[in-house]
Amino acid sequence: MNITLNWLKKHLKTSSNTNAIAEKLTSIGLEVESITSASSNLSNFKVCKVLKAIKHPDADKLKVCDVDIGDGKITKVVCGASNARDGLITVYASPGTVIPKNGMKLSVAKIRGVESFGMLCSESELNLSEESEGIIELKNKLKIGDNFFTENLDPMIDISITPNRSDCLGVRGIARDLAACGEGSFIQQKIEKIKVTSKKNIKVEIARESGCSQFGGCYIEGVQNKESPVWLKKHLESVGQKPISAIVDITNYVMLDINRPLHAYDADKIKEKIIVRRSKKGESFKALDNKNYQLSADHCVISDKEKVLGLGGIIGGETTGIELDTTNIFLEAASFDPISIAKSSKELGIITDAKYRFERGVDPNSIEEGLIKASKLIQEICGGKISKINIIGKSNYKEKKIKFIVSNFKKLIGFSISNIEAIKILEKLGFIVKNKKTYLDLIVPSFRPDINQEVDIIEELIRIKGYNNIPLAEPNRIAFKPALNYEQKLFHYIQRSIASLGYLETVTWSFASSKINDLLTDKKLRLTNPISSDLDTLRTSIFSNILTHCKNNIDRGYKNLMLFEVGPVFNGINPGDQSVVAGALRLGHKIEKSWIEKNALSNVYDVKSDAISVLLDLGIEKDKLVIENKSNLLFHPGRSGSIYLGSNKGPLLATFGEINPIITNQLEFEKLSPCGFEIYLEGFKEPKKKQKDKNVFVVSKYQSVERDFAFVVDKNIKASEIISIIKNCEPILIQSIDIFDVYEGDNIEKNKKSIALSVKLQSMDKTLDEKTIEAISQQIILSVQAKTGGTLRS
Amino acid sequence: MTDLSTLEQEIFSGFANIKSKTELENFKIEILGKKGKLSKLFQDLATIEKDKKKEFASEINILKSKVLDKFQNLTNQFDQEELEKKLQDQTVDVTLPGTNRPQGKVHPVSQVIDELTSIFAELGFSVAEGPDVENEYNNFTALNTPPNHPARDMHDTFYLDESKNLLLRTHTSPVQIRTMLNGKPPFKIIAPGRTYRCDSDQTHTPMFHQLEGLYVDQNVTMADLRGCLDYFLKKFFEVDEIKMRFRPSHFPFTEPSAEVDIGYELKNGKITIGQGDKWLEILGCGMVHPNVLKNAKVDPSKYQGYAFGVGIDRLAMLKYGINDLRSFFESDVRWLEHFGFNANDVPSNYRGLSR
Repeated sequence: MNITLNWLKKHLKTSSNTNAIAEKLTSIGLEVESITSASSNLSNFKVCKVLKAIKHPDADKLKVCDVDIGDGKITKVVCGASNARDGLITVYASPGTVIPKNGMKLSVAKIRGVESFGMLCSESELNLSEESEGIIELKNKLKIGDNFFTENLDPMIDISITPNRSDCLGVRGIARDLAACGEGSFIQQKIEKIKVTSKKNIKVEIARESGCSQFGGCYIEGVQNKESPVWLKKHLESVGQKPISAIVDITNYVMLDINRPLHAYDADKIKEKIIVRRSKKGESFKALDNKNYQLSADHCVISDKEKVLGLGGIIGGETTGIELDTTNIFLEAASFDPISIAKSSKELGIITDAKYRFERGVDPNSIEEGLIKASKLIQEICGGKISKINIIGKSNYKEKKIKFIVSNFKKLIGFSISNIEAIKILEKLGFIVKNKKTYLDLIVPSFRPDINQEVDIIEELIRIKGYNNIPLAEPNRIAFKPALNYEQKLFHYIQRSIASLGYLETVTWSFASSKINDLLTDKKLRLTNPISSDLDTLRTSIFSNILTHCKNNIDRGYKNLMLFEVGPVFNGINPGDQSVVAGALRLGHKIEKSWIEKNALSNVYDVKSDAISVLLDLGIEKDKLVIENKSNLLFHPGRSGSIYLGSNKGPLLATFGEINPIITNQLEFEKLSPCGFEIYLEGFKEPKKKQKDKNVFVVSKYQSVERDFAFVVDKNIKASEIISIIKNCEPILIQSIDIFDVYEGDNIEKNKKSIALSVKLQSMDKTLDEKTIEAISQQIILSVQAKTGGTLRS
Repeated sequence: MTDLSTLEQEIFSGFANIKSKTELENFKIEILGKKGKLSKLFQDLATIEKDKKKEFASEINILKSKVLDKFQNLTNQFDQEELEKKLQDQTVDVTLPGTNRPQGKVHPVSQVIDELTSIFAELGFSVAEGPDVENEYNNFTALNTPPNHPARDMHDTFYLDESKNLLLRTHTSPVQIRTMLNGKPPFKIIAPGRTYRCDSDQTHTPMFHQLEGLYVDQNVTMADLRGCLDYFLKKFFEVDEIKMRFRPSHFPFTEPSAEVDIGYELKNGKITIGQGDKWLEILGCGMVHPNVLKNAKVDPSKYQGYAFGVGIDRLAMLKYGINDLRSFFESDVRWLEHFGFNANDVPSNYRGLSR
């Protein structure tokens, strides 16, 4: 909402300047977005004389002008206007000036190799008219160097009106608020009367459920439409509205002044009568924005006997539009249903000042006032005879009464307000107040649809009184629950754990490109209105974006990467169909360009140990981890695995492996064979045992012995199988089993491999003798041979 | 009969010429070997008269022990020299780069969430969560924003179904509804999380982070809200005083509503938070609207409280001097390394929020 101090002064007696008013507005919740000081910019436009205009050396249509701007020097300006000629008096804008039409700031520029210091202006560039052909031609008697704009335009205050304050979409409402907080006094305007001199009228019918509850009409015959007088044009221009013609300008003026949208019809073009009704599917009309609208059913339309004239409260139609030769007009002021207006404007994509206001709420009691104000102005400016105002339909406005217990102000805000002060503020805001000592009986003014209950009154009072009066209470530290639960702590630990391994944490969108995402799962969780086609689906894998971003880093020349993200991954489109997953990706050399360890690329075993390290950090016991040779679509089917808790039927904690080349192929970095792991936080259960419940510390005081074995087994026998066979031979005495060599090749049969293990034995209650050790060794050898079909390597 | 002093002289001048451990070993044999010069003296002892024998033997022994000492000294000396030489030969160029261990980092958004959690945990708030996909009711209607309310237009919403019932939450406020529906008052929670709006330009990204705060009890006032926010902003920006301004505003789910500005100044292109005569909008807040309490099955005649919502990314930008919001979500490793935090930098009250 744009206002100026001058317009405001029609409703507010004040001696404050624009800046003081602006500060006050912001402090009462009418936030000032900007103050456009038109005058300082406009003084940059000077009357000048073109001394010489010669053709630009490198452009046929351009001229290089020597311009006298009254400073005794010659200023060079390149100009494209055909009427730029020797001796022309015109308007010059210096570098730094903002051109009113397009908001562009001028700077010294080289135009086809010739420097131009400023610009010669056309009328359209200065918003003076539509005339854009050629630069302005001024009369000779003007003094060179004088300001072209002699009158200072009022600075424009742009206020961001919150959706609840429809009353402040009119200057009068803003003035009322200012007066309530002590900024000047509100000028109560007398209710005017019109002298009825015409008997003409147009019959109006409102169909049931039309979306319009009341319709006020007024016929004015014999008007002479024309250009608006200067005062009216200036008012509209000063708030950024373009003057059109007196009748249209007046309806706009009344709307901006008191938030009462009106519409004027060319009465001669209305066929018989006006019918307000719901549209029928297939109807169409051409609106004032020059567009044809095909209507579906259920829009609130204003029609006559034959056709749709306009969309009620949104936009009028071209057929009954006001022209300069219009002589009989019909003025409309109505109450439209805000929801109906919102739906229609959304569906048809029409945004107008009227729609904006009806959607937020227009004073239902302002129909008559609006018609009187507008018709009187029309008569004043365009002449004509006014008919009786005819309002049909029933207002659905109900007077709102609120009982306000004054002490509730203190209960909610933290300090008290006196009855006297509350009454003073509320009355200035337009409430009718009855003081009942402990409470106030209030009647809410009809222009405040936002006020419905006591808390709204408290809000009005503290807003006007000033938020800075609210005391600062020392915060209490009462807690009802621990700050974090188990899952939240896990989230916190896992970020720090993965980062401590050398990975950089990233945060990426929760949505992704279906091109990549669909390679990772078969779920298709599409957004109906994605921001772009490459962010069209909810991500079903934590890697959907990391992989793309990895590619971007590679393209920037970073080929040794460690990236991770912890965040939501979606399994459906319903609330709660999501789980927290950590995904980490590493690629390239373990050590960047090292002279020590050349060509050591990250591999499956690196990400496996990374994943396990994180699981241990999160409190999982190492001997409960079960590794299986399978994973998901993200990974290379032969080079990936899953980690379960307890058994392979237990919860899935993690997967790891080389990223599936099918995916990296798509992103064109398959040659770098990236590896990664995923950890699924939903697989974690809060352990019953806390750190304070640690086991008793027991160690054996007897010596341990180690025995090494090497078996030749089939290539497809898994290391984990051999380990579990050995462990089962002597579950108590065997403390650890470590694989220290895996070998295939020379001296080993094809499709076989050699696995060498070291087994550590220790007893809690004695030193193991040679006989026992030998017996266990034999048992290990026999078991492995029997269960794997392998042989002891000699 | 050899003169002992001559022999001693002879032996020690021999020592003087020895240059290596091998020479020393050979010399040792020459002196103390079976046929060595000194060994021979012991053999000669048998031929000496009885009365002189004892004295002579004692003299030889003195000499022998002197010689042995000398041998030991020289051996030590040569060993030392040898070791020194060996170490000298083992010298490496320590200016060659060491084994580069990559330095992992935590994203500034995560760090700031931890900072905020640390601050509010001290005030007794616990962390609550809600899903990223919400239904239209929790995101709007329950928050006193009925269908066709103009405030809905201010949120450019991502939808997941044609009927516009399922959406990506446009703010963290639906967590208020979920928290209250799933529990009994009092409530004192913060809810950090991802939020989404179909908007993308210099200062907007389609996903961003918010932190919601909610404190509902029997006597929580707007003065408590002001006190809480003043405490939080001072703690977060790690300043002793902060200029804070409450400005009336409108959110459908709070009444009264306020936008909060903090003072700042620009010096040499750097922003200093807390003082100065410029204002910066930092968060929105207010007293929970009775309709919201009703929708969340909390009796508004008994309970009241405050709620606030603050942009986490924006807080991170202001505190750590990050200019471009979009860069948060681009995974540029140079940016992550520059703005990321050490894994050990866990914000805490005793160690401080940041270093």
